[in-house]
Amino acid sequence: MEHIRTTKVEQVKLLDRFSTSNKSLTGTLYLTATHLLFIDSHQKETWILHHHIASVEKLALTTSGCPLVIQCKNFRIVHFIVPRERDCHDIYNSLLQLSKQAKYEDLYAFSYNPKQNDSERLQGWQLIDLAEEYKRMGVPNSHWELSDANREYKICETYPRELYVPWTASKPIIVGSSKFRSKGRFPVLSYYHQDKKAAICRCSQPLSGFSARCVEDEHLLQAISKANPVNRYMYVVDTRPKLNAMANRAAGKGYENEDNYSSIRFQFVGIENIHVMRSSLQKLLEVNGTKGLSVNDFYSGLESSGWLRHIKAVMDAAIFLAKAIMVENASVLVHCSDGWDRTSQVCSLGSLLLDSYYRTIKGFMVLIDKDWISFGHKFSERCGHLDGDPKEVSPVFTQFLECVWHLTEQFPQAFEFNEAFLLQIHEHIHSCQFGNFLGNCQKEREELKLKEKTYSLWPFLLEDQKKYLNPLYSSKSHRFIVLEPNTVSFNFKFWRNMYHQFDRTLHPRQSVFNIIMNMNEQNKQLEKDIKDLESKIKQRKNKQTDDILTKELLHSFHPESPTLKTSLCFKEQTLLPVNDSLRTIEGSSPADNRYSDYAEEFSKSEPAVVSLEYGVARMTC
Amino acid sequence: MEFAELIKTPRVDNVVLHRPFYPAVEGTLCLTGHHLILSSRQDNTEELWLLHSNIDAIDKRFVGSLGTIIIKCKDFRIIQLDIPGMEECLNIASSIEALSTLDSITLMYPFFYRPMFEVIEDGWHSFLPEQEFELYSSASGEWRLSYVNKEFAVCPSYPPTVIVPKSIDDEALRKVATFRHGGRFPVLSYYHQKNGMVIMRSGQPLTGTNGRRCKEDEKLINATLRVGKRGYIIDTRSLNVAQQARAKGGGFEQEAHYPQWRRIHKSIERYHILQESLIKLVEACNDQTHNMDRWLSKLEASNWLTHIKEILTTACLAAQCIDREGASVLIHGTEGTDSTLQVTSLAQIILEPRSRTIRGFEALIEREWLQAGHPFQQRCAQSAYCNTKQKWEAPVFLLFLDCVWQILRQFPCSFEFNENFLIMLFEHAYASQFGTFLGNSESERCKLKLQQKTMSLWSWVNQPSELSKYTNPLFEANNLVIWPSVAPQSLPLWEGI
Repeated sequence: MEHIRTTKVEQVKLLDRFSTSNKSLTGTLYLTATHLLFIDSHQKETWILHHHIASVEKLALTTSGCPLVIQCKNFRIVHFIVPRERDCHDIYNSLLQLSKQAKYEDLYAFSYNPKQNDSERLQGWQLIDLAEEYKRMGVPNSHWELSDANREYKICETYPRELYVPWTASKPIIVGSSKFRSKGRFPVLSYYHQDKKAAICRCSQPLSGFSARCVEDEHLLQAISKANPVNRYMYVVDTRPKLNAMANRAAGKGYENEDNYSSIRFQFVGIENIHVMRSSLQKLLEVNGTKGLSVNDFYSGLESSGWLRHIKAVMDAAIFLAKAIMVENASVLVHCSDGWDRTSQVCSLGSLLLDSYYRTIKGFMVLIDKDWISFGHKFSERCGHLDGDPKEVSPVFTQFLECVWHLTEQFPQAFEFNEAFLLQIHEHIHSCQFGNFLGNCQKEREELKLKEKTYSLWPFLLEDQKKYLNPLYSSKSHRFIVLEPNTVSFNFKFWRNMYHQFDRTLHPRQSVFNIIMNMNEQNKQLEKDIKDLESKIKQRKNKQTDDILTKELLHSFHPESPTLKTSLCFKEQTLLPVNDSLRTIEGSSPADNRYSDYAEEFSKSEPAVVSLEYGVARMTC
Repeated sequence: MEFAELIKTPRVDNVVLHRPFYPAVEGTLCLTGHHLILSSRQDNTEELWLLHSNIDAIDKRFVGSLGTIIIKCKDFRIIQLDIPGMEECLNIASSIEALSTLDSITLMYPFFYRPMFEVIEDGWHSFLPEQEFELYSSASGEWRLSYVNKEFAVCPSYPPTVIVPKSIDDEALRKVATFRHGGRFPVLSYYHQKNGMVIMRSGQPLTGTNGRRCKEDEKLINATLRVGKRGYIIDTRSLNVAQQARAKGGGFEQEAHYPQWRRIHKSIERYHILQESLIKLVEACNDQTHNMDRWLSKLEASNWLTHIKEILTTACLAAQCIDREGASVLIHGTEGTDSTLQVTSLAQIILEPRSRTIRGFEALIEREWLQAGHPFQQRCAQSAYCNTKQKWEAPVFLLFLDCVWQILRQFPCSFEFNENFLIMLFEHAYASQFGTFLGNSESERCKLKLQQKTMSLWSWVNQPSELSKYTNPLFEANNLVIWPSVAPQSLPLWEGI
């Protein structure tokens, strides 16, 4: 609170980012402890969570006022013009401080209260149980067992307490191997394919330098390959470009030497590091932010940003994993440098390709919990939750979501969830509204007592499941149906709904998806009505033993029912779009219906109102 | 000439057919006067029937005695035939080459095609100008049908009937025709019911270097303006190009002589630039080996999407003048048979709900493309694979269809037809068993007696069984003007093609 000097500024203008005609909305800007709120003259509210703010910029004073540009982590960019410079300065300073907190305890999650009691909250946290998940995969079994080596976080601080390893790997082997791996992240099980008896394992780079070797590590790898009864050979996939891995050798790290390990095949797949990814996204956003962008500039910008190339690299690596398991029946060990960025991407995408369970809503949550949260992807650092090192920020998880989106585009029937679900998750990794993504590893989360002080996102998403369902999903498919995406370059498209989520003018004006959803909804309602009516008829029949009376009743019912139905239909049509007004609350509640609001507006409102941005006639010669 | 002379080997057995994304098929290859047929002679497998006129280019290759012919079609398909026997292969290749480049239109398949279906409605009479004019009944106060071009004497590329302002007599029209390129005097293209504003199109004015003027021309277009209103002239060429055109006798309307009009220049490319763009695009799409950067830079280098954007922007501009500014528009380029038509027809799709229905769209193509004299025969003679470049080939119509597809993507519920309908039109424009897209203008079609000798595409498409393939299940009539976004982020590549 002490950071807020001005809570309310009137007569603020909100500029349209892509408008060439300097159109603007006038309204009032409010600053609260958690949100920045703009209410325009149509009473439309725009909420921006402070944690979403990536940067605030005050531009040079103009005749109409002082411009303030706010860039958000969810790729929203707002451009305000504040009439008085002092107000602008106050807001600017407040936002600077509010958007960068120094302590975890100041984050929104610790003050957010969705009106649930303690037991409900606890239940929410227990919704996803990883032990259950490993059981579903079929471990522990005769080859894999639960190891208690890391029960007290003694061997590896960034791993979870419960780890699965080959049963032949004794504790001394694990300890020895962890000493030979960067940050102590020794090889453990990430996914077990029950049909093929092959496993995806993950670890960090070995501290091999130019010639060092470690007998325990070699034993552990051998144990992993022996745990696969079908194929004794295993792949070791280093997700880094070869050059980077070689450079690491000089620092005493590096990669496995095929000669020292029996029965491994070593492979580089060449995904770039977090710094390259960060600047790539930066370039992409710069290109997209340009007003009056030409097609050529867009594509050359897209090309030089390299973003889609990186996405393709991640996808290719995941496909390599899936193929190794499906075609060759071989286990795979994946690592990068520390084994929490690229390794998480590749392992999780690989399992998603292999196992249809992860393509359901619940399964996708489990996948994120397992491969990202529990294995120590540094969410807080990568998303910049706290005021920290900007060099640690990187869109690694965003890339993972984008890869999944590309898969949903190629396999529209294979996923239970839709694009809105992915966007909502992306929203919340930055929102700091729920405890799931706070902290950098499980140990840190326990120290923060997140389960006692904050809420879990997943139950809230499940509650709103309806919004995230893919109407085209066909659930009948077999569990082990493998997705084989085509990675020819032209299948990779720019994800407009992610990077221009808030720039309405760029989106199609009507959404097929929404219409299908509405139709589905209406069908369900009608089916329910039919059932209700049928049961009513039955009840009446039972009540009145008199036959003639029933007949009469039926007669009276029949002419009525069509009108009844149509009136119901009608009611629904008017009811459905009435979603509470036109609010675009961002991150204020998990039941955020921004996405559907948008589409509804597009399909409902007169397209004539939508302004034509680029085609705007400049009536000049 | 007999086709039999050209066919040296009518039948070869054990030919293997390779198509991308399909398993290989082995069967018997037959050549007829118009088709290349491959059948595996089993009951359940489909046969390949390929019109010779669909073939764009062929390549021959030999490995030992096994010959391979790669056929590249105008609809961008590529098929490969492995033919055993050197001689057979050579014979087949030369036959295909000869048959696919027949000179005379009257030898084309539409003249031989006998329909296998019952004609419910003759497509040649589906969209008569008189009927179309009736739709604009409220316009009849200011406009009339003129038969001045009955014998195609005034303007060879116009149809016999055109719609002109009521106050202008046929004599004046003849005079105006001498002042416009190709005799294409300004005629009505679209009448906006909402406010009575119109889109007109014409050829460029022949002002030349000394600034000729034509009083009748000025009178004609001024007759379309309401008192005190101004109109817009959209020139689809850039100012530079338009100025250069003066040296060749062409030019643009001088402000001094047309004080009530404002001129806007847009630059939509023509001819070989478009053709090259398409060639580059198809080349980029067909090479699956290159990586992401190469793909993006090739896509960019093809400039295809730039052309799309430019055309859509111009159409939006025209629509905006009509609907927002309440001003009439005259659109022309050089000849007024290419970019002009793209803009007028797209503007109508944006403005007029009727043109977003199947019948309305067919009427639009009939009116704005076929009758307006888009030279289909010249523009669609070759497609992306041909090496011999002719100056007048250009994928103008394909660009238009792509633009329609872009709008369709943005308003998936406002169109009665779907993507397949557009693809079907594209295929038939390049190679067809129907006569609709033959010839370069109405006068040529008349001379060829297409109405008597060939079938109309519309007769076939408008059968209920065919229509169901092209209907969009999500169609809900949308009576509003639709404004598409033309930002590059909103324009993806049309994968269907």
